[in-house]
Amino acid sequence: MNAHSEMKVAAEVAAPASLGIVMNCQLEKVFYGDFLAVRNSVVPIEKNKITGFIGPSGCGKSTVLRSLNRMNDLIPIFRFEGKVTYHGQDIYDKKVDPVVVRRYIGMVFQQPNPFAMSIYDNVAFGLRLNGFKGDMDERVEKALHGAAIWNEVKDKLKNSGLSLSGGQQQRLCIARAIATEPDVLLMDEPCSALDPIATRRVEELMIELKEKYTIALVTHNMQQAMRVADTTAFFGVDISQGSRTGYLVEMGPTKKIFEEPEQQLTREYVRGEFS
Amino acid sequence: MDRGFRGIAWASAAFILVLVVYIIFEIGGKALPAMSQYGLGFLTSTTWNVQTEQFGILPQIWGTLYSSLLALILGGVFGIAIAIFLTQDFLHSGLAAVFRTIIEMLAAIPSVVFGLWGIYVLIPLLRPVADWLHGSLGFVPFFGTSLSGPGLAPAALVLAIMILPTVASISVDSLRQIPYKVKEAAYGMGTTRWEAILKVMLPTASSGILAALVLGFGRALGETMALAMLIGNANQISLSLFAPANTLAALLASSFPEAGPVEVRALMYAALALLAITLIVNAVGLAVMKFATRKFEAER
Ligand SMILES: Nc1ncnc2c1ncn2[C@@H]1O[C@H](COP(=O)(O)OP(=O)(O)OP(=O)(O)O)[C@@H](O)[C@H]1O
Ligand SMILES: [Mg+2]
Repeated sequence: MNAHSEMKVAAEVAAPASLGIVMNCQLEKVFYGDFLAVRNSVVPIEKNKITGFIGPSGCGKSTVLRSLNRMNDLIPIFRFEGKVTYHGQDIYDKKVDPVVVRRYIGMVFQQPNPFAMSIYDNVAFGLRLNGFKGDMDERVEKALHGAAIWNEVKDKLKNSGLSLSGGQQQRLCIARAIATEPDVLLMDEPCSALDPIATRRVEELMIELKEKYTIALVTHNMQQAMRVADTTAFFGVDISQGSRTGYLVEMGPTKKIFEEPEQQLTREYVRGEFS
Repeated sequence: MDRGFRGIAWASAAFILVLVVYIIFEIGGKALPAMSQYGLGFLTSTTWNVQTEQFGILPQIWGTLYSSLLALILGGVFGIAIAIFLTQDFLHSGLAAVFRTIIEMLAAIPSVVFGLWGIYVLIPLLRPVADWLHGSLGFVPFFGTSLSGPGLAPAALVLAIMILPTVASISVDSLRQIPYKVKEAAYGMGTTRWEAILKVMLPTASSGILAALVLGFGRALGETMALAMLIGNANQISLSLFAPANTLAALLASSFPEAGPVEVRALMYAALALLAITLIVNAVGLAVMKFATRKFEAER
């Protein structure tokens, strides 16, 4: 309860002056059980920008992304050391309820995962959860417009969300995530299950969405990072200790990361010299 | 391999269908004389008198439905609660498996053992509670009589325990079938654990849980031995949970051994009525499930 109001205050107070950093992930160590998965990475997320996370498989992109809204709390063996500040408030603080965090920081997953409910109910889910009392139809329509899927579903809002194609399901999930107008949207390879056309639509959508939201995007696809990300964070894997620990190698404007990176590792990766 | 298996599956399904039709046919044939003699009045009459050859099964129909419904409510609530408890990370998974095995073992207990347990353990335990309820809340129809031994409450409680494994294990299966990504989606939207369970997991598993309830209800309707021992075999219709009652299955079990030819014909009619109730319940259950599935899931 208390944490809720604190988050809210933090969000509102900081909102006008929040040009700049919305979230700052100051990760020291992240463990799954005894396994050190990611270490020493500072990843600031800027407002109304798309921050792309790239790097080889297993370097901890998803782990870092999911630390940003405490999704990893679902995994009992997960342990986070460090801080993730959201408008200055550490979301890993004991007082903070992760449930509240996730209402401000929404998430779109790699696999489309609509609920086994109607399209309408999928989008209304978060609003109902938040006790929204206003014009539900209007908000649902707005979210579906926002996710660029309104025209395809407007005549079948009562149909199951699962009856849509994969690409439509993913956009429905985006609509579901933005219906409550969260502050930040985390997207973990949202296009990996989609065909090139659906991928393009979702990419265009991301660029539209960043007008209103702040987005952090994990992608395996370098072209995608170049097309949509304003800032890119490159993660690498350190195998020197005999284990595989991910860490942030370099972060900067996307153009710079892809054209003139400072680190040799980044250069090799973006040129496709290793994966 | 696959085709062979499919062949066996089809053959079994066809065999079951033939068997059901055969049973209906056989019982129907034996019930025919009584049907023509007593007509539909058999279903609405309340006397069962061999001397005067007056037969009616309304109290038994009432008792069957009432006891099964009570058992369904109790067994359903507890069965679903257990399924939630076992699947939604309340228990370490090893422990959950142990619990589940224990509950499934309930299904292996012979119903006569349940009956004995009911008589020697449950009824003595229930009596003070029943007396107190009757004494202080006797104006409520459900507590309108006192418990003098066998009766609806012990019967329904035992029935509830007997259908618990069915309800719980099928519900566990349907909850467990939900992909992890659905749970992630729920938490990602900012649900609490209970919101995730009540607003996402249960609706997603609803058709399976409904199936569990239908099967449990069917089992309760047909349960014989434990009920014959616990329900009191009284031909009366009462709302009171503590009154003795009777069910169709119990009537059949307790009357057949000593029945003469006239009574046997009436009993066949009663058996047909029980069969009809069970089939109707299952058909309605299936229809509801179909509807729910259409509502919640993809039509693929
Ligand atoms: N639930 C988990 N339990 C144990 N280890 C995990 C878990 N999830 C991830 N890991 C480990 O943490 C490391 C980082 O995983 P993560 O999924 O964050 O990588 P990623 O960069 O997203 O990889 P990919 O590109 O393949 O999605 C990997 O070594 C992985 O094996
Ligand atoms: Mg990943």
